[in-house]
Amino acid sequence: MQKSLHIDPNKCTGCLQCEMACSFENHGVFNISKSRIKVFNFEHAGRKVPYTCTQCSDAWCMTACPVDAIRIDATTGAKTVHEDICVGCKVCTIACPFGTVNYVAETGKVQKCDLCGGDPACASACPTGAITYVDANWTGLDKMQQWAGKTDTQPRANA
Amino acid sequence: MAWNRKLLRVDLSKGTCTSEALNMQWAQEYLGQRGLATKYFIEEVDPKVDPLAPENKLIMATGPLTGTPASTGGRYSVITKGALTGAIACSNSGGYFGAELKFAGWDMVIFQGKSKKPVYLSIEDDKAELKDASHLWGKTVFQTEEIIKKSHQDPQIRVASIGRSGENGVMFACVVNDLHRAAGRSGVGTVMGSKNLKAVAVRGKNGGGAIRDPKAFMAATVAAKKVLADNAVTGQGLPTYGTQVLMNVINEMGALPTRNHRDVQFEDARKISGEAMHEKRPTDGKAQLVTNAACFGCTIACGRISKIDETHFSVVNKPEYWGASGGLEYEAAWALGAANGVGDLEALQYVNVLCNEDGFDPITFGATVGAAMELYDLGILTKEQIGMDAPFGSAKALVELAQMTAKGEGFGKELGLGSARLCEKYGRPELSMGVKKQEFPAYDSRGIQGMGLAYATSNRGACHLRGYTVASEVLGIPVKTDPLVTEGKADLVKAFQDATSVFDSAGVCVFTTFAWTLADLQPQLDAACEGDWTMEKLGLLGERIWNMERLFNNAAGFTAKDDDLPPRLKTEPAKTGPAKGLVNGIDKMRPEYYKARGWSAEGVPSKETLARLGL
Repeated sequence: MQKSLHIDPNKCTGCLQCEMACSFENHGVFNISKSRIKVFNFEHAGRKVPYTCTQCSDAWCMTACPVDAIRIDATTGAKTVHEDICVGCKVCTIACPFGTVNYVAETGKVQKCDLCGGDPACASACPTGAITYVDANWTGLDKMQQWAGKTDTQPRANA
Repeated sequence: MAWNRKLLRVDLSKGTCTSEALNMQWAQEYLGQRGLATKYFIEEVDPKVDPLAPENKLIMATGPLTGTPASTGGRYSVITKGALTGAIACSNSGGYFGAELKFAGWDMVIFQGKSKKPVYLSIEDDKAELKDASHLWGKTVFQTEEIIKKSHQDPQIRVASIGRSGENGVMFACVVNDLHRAAGRSGVGTVMGSKNLKAVAVRGKNGGGAIRDPKAFMAATVAAKKVLADNAVTGQGLPTYGTQVLMNVINEMGALPTRNHRDVQFEDARKISGEAMHEKRPTDGKAQLVTNAACFGCTIACGRISKIDETHFSVVNKPEYWGASGGLEYEAAWALGAANGVGDLEALQYVNVLCNEDGFDPITFGATVGAAMELYDLGILTKEQIGMDAPFGSAKALVELAQMTAKGEGFGKELGLGSARLCEKYGRPELSMGVKKQEFPAYDSRGIQGMGLAYATSNRGACHLRGYTVASEVLGIPVKTDPLVTEGKADLVKAFQDATSVFDSAGVCVFTTFAWTLADLQPQLDAACEGDWTMEKLGLLGERIWNMERLFNNAAGFTAKDDDLPPRLKTEPAKTGPAKGLVNGIDKMRPEYYKARGWSAEGVPSKETLARLGL
């Protein structure tokens, strides 16, 4: 079964545990500036929104890469950056419509979410269930269920 | 990342920024944040110093768990000699600033001297420099943060700053970070303003020391987070209602100070409660509360984000106040509301936003308005002096007085003195409801006896965050005690004060203690920090910090007679509720407390006590 990160911004409190988990998983340090998932705080609307790569099936970043450094992980379906091949040209960062591939000056390469090989650290760290890792075929299931719950099962008096 | 082992010393007189190695022996004895910074402060500053003189210093300090995945591990504190109190001040704040300072590679920043002109400190990892802030002087906290982020072209910079009140010498100015988190009490922002330091802007991309044992640390933090999630207060009450969960509870207890402590129950408590924040308004069909919010690393998320009713008189034609903003929290809702008899939830939120926007403490401000309203009620202050009618219960007066205080205009300047100086000025010092010139928070000590002792002996003046016996006396954490009796409260207060000193020095939030004991904190500290952090060591650490602060205050000129409550709480019995007929028994508890502490009858730590604590 292919799985997918599922993000529900309404549940996000902005604690950044996901960013800490990501930086530790991928860089071995606790520093949110190294995280591949970012929580954006829209202060005036009172909204906090975690955002990261959605792993497009037909991935612009992968198509754009001139050296074939972004490849599909056969197990997870994640588009992963092979740092030994990446030349840091940043074309993928232009190609990605969502901005979720990012250049890292310290390494001279790009980085993006690779689903942690099938056990995303951000999802494990999220205390509120705002980030979950679910069956990719059912990414809308919770919303569907919510709407289903609103349907009226009783016959209407004035129908 | 435990300690970065590095501090930044900023000499504002000379305009220099210097890196220093952190004293790791002191780190073993005082841990971090409150404990360690106070140790530095006491070693370097004369206790008799005028708080607003250049010789006073101001320290922003993180703890070893700040900037780690430990739940609530994002705290920092501002340590100085308080402008309001003249006592040791240590104000703790959440948000994201503390963690960012840690990520930049620093454990603390020590500010000394005074700049000739307004400056702000810019930190980007190792690079620290003082920059001209003449364009920021006169700006609010909100504007300052926006201008700095824009001029640095970096929206991820974290800013801690003072608003206009800190510039204007309001005695209870805060340091505000991340728009609506504040190192709130004792006038730490006033001290910052006196140094012509407008803001600190931090970006940390490369910092981060090493956790001693990352695997054990992750296991310990995961276990501790589960304790928070499974607890009714930290797992349900605080996320749902915030600290405002207390408004109705404390009112029922007969311990909600009302109209400058004339009453202990507020008839409109329900209207300004956490429950009311959830209710849809008749005007626009929306609830005031938009969502809850967490500080860095926090898995409780007690923070409130609210929107004011756009049709409310306070914000009509002011669209800049229609967006979401922080509040209301319980202490602010009480101080702005019940303390003045104001039951208008929208007015309270508007004034709360003004407090954040211009950086002044809503507890002291609200309580000072309460004192002014009593002076008005008694005919001591007139309509002409105040500039308006100011009876108890007037939301209009509250709103106008807050605007005047923020701008430093008219009677707002007098309110900026705080209640102790205001009441002194008008010949009625006994009407200031506080200890060591700092106003009480939201618990009346006639209905919760232990809090009277906690207030009287708090090292930074009246405060609920130094020894929160409400947890035991009201909520039964860790054990239920009778709030109406004095028996056993000396030991209870001491235990809370000592444990809290440890939490305040670790980098985590004191709200974790609704669920955590030291036994939950200990494995996290032990895995993160070098050294052997046993329960015994932590117990001694808390007591050591408390006594260190006490020694500073004694040397600053405080004596046992300053460990006292205003006459109203000792002579005027509670009129209603479970505590009806009771006054606070501070005079009975104080000697018991001194004895439990190993202090003389004059409140001086004995030689044996100091030797036992290594002081």
